[in-house]
Amino acid sequence: MPEQLMQQIVNGLLIGFMYALIAIGLTLIWGVMNIVNFAHGDFLMVGMFTSFWLYTLYGLDPLFSIPICTLLLFVMGLLIYRFIVSKVMAGPMLAQLVVTFGVSIFISNLAVYWWSPDFRLIAKPLLSGTWDISGVQLSIPKTVASIGSIVTSLFVFLFLKKTKTGKAILATEMDREAALLMGINTERINSLSFGMGAALVGIAGAFLSTYYYIYPQVGGVFGTIAFCVVALGGFGSISGAFIAGILVGLVQTLGGFFFDPSYKYAIVFMIYLITVWIRPQGLLGW
Amino acid sequence: MLSVNNISVGYKGLLALQDVSFHIDKGEVIGLIGSNGAGKSTILKTISGLMHPQKGEILLDGIPISQTPPYEIVKKKISMIPEGRRLFGRLSVLDNLLLGAYALDSKDEVEDALEDVFNSFPILRERKNQRADTFSGGEQQQLAIARGLMSRPSLLMLDEPSLGLMPKLVSEIFTIVREISEKGVTVLLVEQNVFEALHVSHRAYVLQTGRIVLEGKGEELIKSDLVRQAYLGM
Repeated sequence: MPEQLMQQIVNGLLIGFMYALIAIGLTLIWGVMNIVNFAHGDFLMVGMFTSFWLYTLYGLDPLFSIPICTLLLFVMGLLIYRFIVSKVMAGPMLAQLVVTFGVSIFISNLAVYWWSPDFRLIAKPLLSGTWDISGVQLSIPKTVASIGSIVTSLFVFLFLKKTKTGKAILATEMDREAALLMGINTERINSLSFGMGAALVGIAGAFLSTYYYIYPQVGGVFGTIAFCVVALGGFGSISGAFIAGILVGLVQTLGGFFFDPSYKYAIVFMIYLITVWIRPQGLLGW
Repeated sequence: MLSVNNISVGYKGLLALQDVSFHIDKGEVIGLIGSNGAGKSTILKTISGLMHPQKGEILLDGIPISQTPPYEIVKKKISMIPEGRRLFGRLSVLDNLLLGAYALDSKDEVEDALEDVFNSFPILRERKNQRADTFSGGEQQQLAIARGLMSRPSLLMLDEPSLGLMPKLVSEIFTIVREISEKGVTVLLVEQNVFEALHVSHRAYVLQTGRIVLEGKGEELIKSDLVRQAYLGM
C-alpha cells in the first residue's frame, strides 16, 4: 500500500510538472492581454507533431528537436497574434473571446486533414525505460520532461523578474496605460508574450512527444486541464500556475487511486468548480 | 517649447476639448485648473500620446507630435505622472523606478537618474526593495513623481498630484513641484487644489467644459472674480 501510494504520488508529480509548463504559457498570455487562448492545446499538438515529423522524416530525436519546436511555436504565436488576435484586441469582448476558439478549430482540423486523426507514437526515442528506486518505478522520459519543465519555468520566472523586458511584461500586465507612459511599446509586449506563451507550450509538446500519443485532438484534454490549472493558480500568476499544475497532477492520480481511475478528470474539474466558488482569484491570484 | 494649437479631442463622438490653444515656455510652471470633467486630464493625455486630437496640432519645439504614440513621446523628454499614481503595485520601489527609466538607453544615464531621485527622495533609497503597494498614499505619490522623473524629462506633467492626500502632505507635494521647477524642468500641473496650484504656477489656464476661458499669471488669477467665485468659494 505505501509503495503503491508512493508510486501514485510520483506519477502525479510527473504529469503535474507537464501541466505546470503548459499552464505557464497560458497564464502569461492571459495576464498580459486578458485573452483566453483557446488554441493553447492545439499549439501543444503542433509542438508534438513537429517533434514527431522531425523524428519520422529526419531521424531527429525529440530531445534535439526541442529548440526547433520552441522557435517554430514562438514564430507561430507571434504571427497568429500579429495577423489575427491583435485585430480584435480593440473590438468587442465577444470577438476577443471567440477569436482564439476559431484558431483552435482551424489548427486541429488542419492537422486532421494533413495528418489523419490517427494516434502515433515515436517508436524508439533516446529516452525510454524506467528507473526502479526501491520499488517505485520512475519513467525516464517523464522524469527528464519534468526536469525540463522545472528548468524552463525557473527560466521564465527569472526572465520576468530580472530582465528589463521581463519587467516591462509585468508592468504591462499590471497597468497597460501606465506602462505606455513609461515608454513601453505594449503592442510589442503583446506579440512577445503571445510568442513566448506558444514557445513554452512548444517545449512541453516536444517533451510530451517522447512518451505520449500524438494525434490532432491531443490538445483538447491538455488545454482544458491547463485552464483548470490557471484558474486554480490565479489568472496571470506564473508561480501560481506552477504550483497549481503540480497540485492538479497529484489530485488526478491520487483521486484515481483512492476512488476510481475513471473519475480522475471529474475530480480535477471539480477542483476547478470549487476554486471558482470559494476563491475565484485562485491560490496566488490578486 | 510646447505649443498646443486649436486641438479638439473626443471620446466616441463626444468632444472633451474644443479648440483649445495654449503654450508652455521653457522653465515655466503652468497650471491647468477647472472643475471635474472640464477636460484637464484630456489635455495631458493628448500631449502624452494616449489620445490623439481630431483637429489641431501639438508642436514640440516646432515639430508636430500629436500623432506620436505614447512610448515615443517619453523619448522626446515629456513625462506624465497620471492621476491616481498608477504604480506597479506588486513590483518593488526600485523596479518601479527602473521602469520609469525604460526609455533611457544608456546604463550610466539610468544610474544617474536613480542617484538623483534617491537624493531628492531619501525614503525611496531606504525602502527600495519594498513592494510599492505597501506604501502609504503620500509615499506612493512621492514614488510616482520620482518614477516620472526617471526618464529625465524636460517637461513634466502632473495630473492631480495632491488628490486624496492629507493637507500636510498636499503642501509637501507643492514644495516638491517647486523644487523640480528650480532644477530646470518645465512643469505642467493639473490641479483641483486651485489656490495652491495658482501659487506655484507662473501662468495658468482656466478650463470650463472643454474650452479655455481664462489665462493669466498665477497670482493674478487668484485675484480674478471668476476664479474666486467658481473655485475658491469667495
